[in-house]
Amino acid sequence: MTPDDVSTALSNQGYLPDEGIATSVFLAMTLKRPLLLEGEAGVGKTELAKALAAATGGELIRLQCYEGIDVSQAVYDWDYARQLLHLRAAEATGETQTMSSTDLENEVYGERFMVKRALLRALEPVEGPPPVLLIDEVDRADDEFEAYLLEVLSDFQITVPEVGVFRAEKPPLVVLTSNRTRDVHDALKRRCLYHWVDHPGFEREVAIVKLRVPGVADELAEQVARAVEALRRLNLYKPPGVAETIDWANALGRLGATALDERVVSNTLGAVLKYREDHQRVEQHGVASIVKEAFEKGLLNG
Amino acid sequence: MTSTAPPDSVMHRSDPARIAVAFTRVLRGAGMKVPTSCTHTFADALCELGLDDRSNTYWAGRATLARRPEDIEIFDRAFAVFFDGRTAPLDLVDDEPLSITIAVDTDDDDDDDGAESGEANDDPTIELRFSSTEVLRHKDFAQYSDDELQHAHDLMSQLRLVGSPRSSLRLEPSKRMTPKPDIRRTMQTAIRSGGEPIERHFRRPSTRLRRLVLLLDVSGSMEPYARALLRFVHAAVAGRQKVEAFALGTRLTRITRELGSRDPDVALSAASERVTDWSGGTRLGDGLREFNDQWGVRGLARNSIVVILSDGWDRGDPDELSEQMERMHRVTHRLVWVNPLKVTPGYAPLARGMAAALPHVDHFVEGHSIAAMEELTRVIGQ
Repeated sequence: MTPDDVSTALSNQGYLPDEGIATSVFLAMTLKRPLLLEGEAGVGKTELAKALAAATGGELIRLQCYEGIDVSQAVYDWDYARQLLHLRAAEATGETQTMSSTDLENEVYGERFMVKRALLRALEPVEGPPPVLLIDEVDRADDEFEAYLLEVLSDFQITVPEVGVFRAEKPPLVVLTSNRTRDVHDALKRRCLYHWVDHPGFEREVAIVKLRVPGVADELAEQVARAVEALRRLNLYKPPGVAETIDWANALGRLGATALDERVVSNTLGAVLKYREDHQRVEQHGVASIVKEAFEKGLLNG
Repeated sequence: MTSTAPPDSVMHRSDPARIAVAFTRVLRGAGMKVPTSCTHTFADALCELGLDDRSNTYWAGRATLARRPEDIEIFDRAFAVFFDGRTAPLDLVDDEPLSITIAVDTDDDDDDDGAESGEANDDPTIELRFSSTEVLRHKDFAQYSDDELQHAHDLMSQLRLVGSPRSSLRLEPSKRMTPKPDIRRTMQTAIRSGGEPIERHFRRPSTRLRRLVLLLDVSGSMEPYARALLRFVHAAVAGRQKVEAFALGTRLTRITRELGSRDPDVALSAASERVTDWSGGTRLGDGLREFNDQWGVRGLARNSIVVILSDGWDRGDPDELSEQMERMHRVTHRLVWVNPLKVTPGYAPLARGMAAALPHVDHFVEGHSIAAMEELTRVIGQ
């Protein structure tokens, strides 16, 4: 396998990686190291994990991080309702009379009453290819949870006191994403390969639009990509990401637009811009000039 | 500490908290280990017992500060020096910067405190003992000598910056009945009682401290204050978790990591090196925009307490500043502006930047002295 193979495999799943991404993914797979992706919102970090799962045929296991996430939500929990039912049943049949409380406890805290959450599920034995574990927005979790991840990600094993050690035979392919709302701890970064995901270049963005928006006219795809490029230069609060470009092209397609014009752009700006201030800024700058830019450069290139 | 906020400088003179802190420092100087919590208890004890009676004060201290038989001797000696005014064996207060002389010589405080000095306390000794600290507390940072800066740093490290708590998604055991049953613990007790869930347990949301974000203006006009305020920022970063620090000048520099070292000299020099635009111009709006774009709105400032330490002199576009302040205000829990010039008689927020920023600020506080920093600490902890 080479980075090119990775690139081809991902492209087949509708994700067009640039060289950097393809190489990082290749390294993550061959070195069996987690891959930490950082970048602006909407550049396709989460999308990459999905495409990767589709390409390898492994299951995508997603863990969405948030402040306050803890072991019972990320690793395992007990099915208390079933445990209680089991206890009541044991009591009703008189079993509790004959069993010691330790035995009872062992029975109730057995694997069959366990609810496995994302991290533990990612370590379970699988028949086919290893799963892809997506730990999304790890920067939102707190430090304690990050510290817990360290252990999981370096040994791919988890200890459950009542049951024992779970160790992955086939380590999952791990993708972590971060929006950089705070620094991810150095110790975690040290265990990962790191890739900063940028906005795609013009050619690649056009290709992405063509791939992701069925039936879009070549001309419209190019105009949209150019208009988005122009918008990104406007110093907006939230410059449009690839996700917005695709949304926009989709919206234009639904409206039956075959080329950008001032009216259709104004009506669909909500697909691209997510702040009132950004709308105002674009209006000040002039929608017409953006449309013009999208056309002019196209003519120059064409 | 005190149950009411000190309304003005008058109260600081005999403030039990100040005495407690100062005395604790003497004890530590003499080699006794005193946790900060004990200092607090001592201050509370002093509030209860007052300072009029020697024996009361002595036992308030003995009961709260001495925790081992070996401590008692040190305590007695230190008490004699600090409260009775006896001459100390030199080793006792070796590196203790508190002294009588500075207090008497410095006249900074006389104007506003002179009238009260007679009635503040019957025992003049006590006043003198911590008055070097007292004087320093109200002295304007701009007039600090290097030594005083050092001492100020010690005082600032003692400020306990406790941000207000907020409820967390995590649950903790609750003694009372809540809508959230703790089935795990209920289960465990049920096993012990042979499967019958007789005893029910509950959980309730736990609390966590809010993140504190400090943005320090390091532009030219702030020069007299930036040195001292950076020490405050260091004390905050070194003293608690979830503090982020940035320097605002012609550009934005994150200095949290640099200030992470407990050693103030290491930390301050690391931060100074990191900031390349000390005493340059100010474009607060641009700096805040960068902060909002890169850190704040993404998550760092969300539900946090954000403190901007700046005089509000700005060469940039006031509209931009106003817009960025509004934007920041929308995501923060509280937005505090600390202005070292606010104390100046006749100060009005006329600086264009300050005027643009003020409508979006929750608290506008002074920032020229240690006392002002204490007030800031109180505001943050509200």
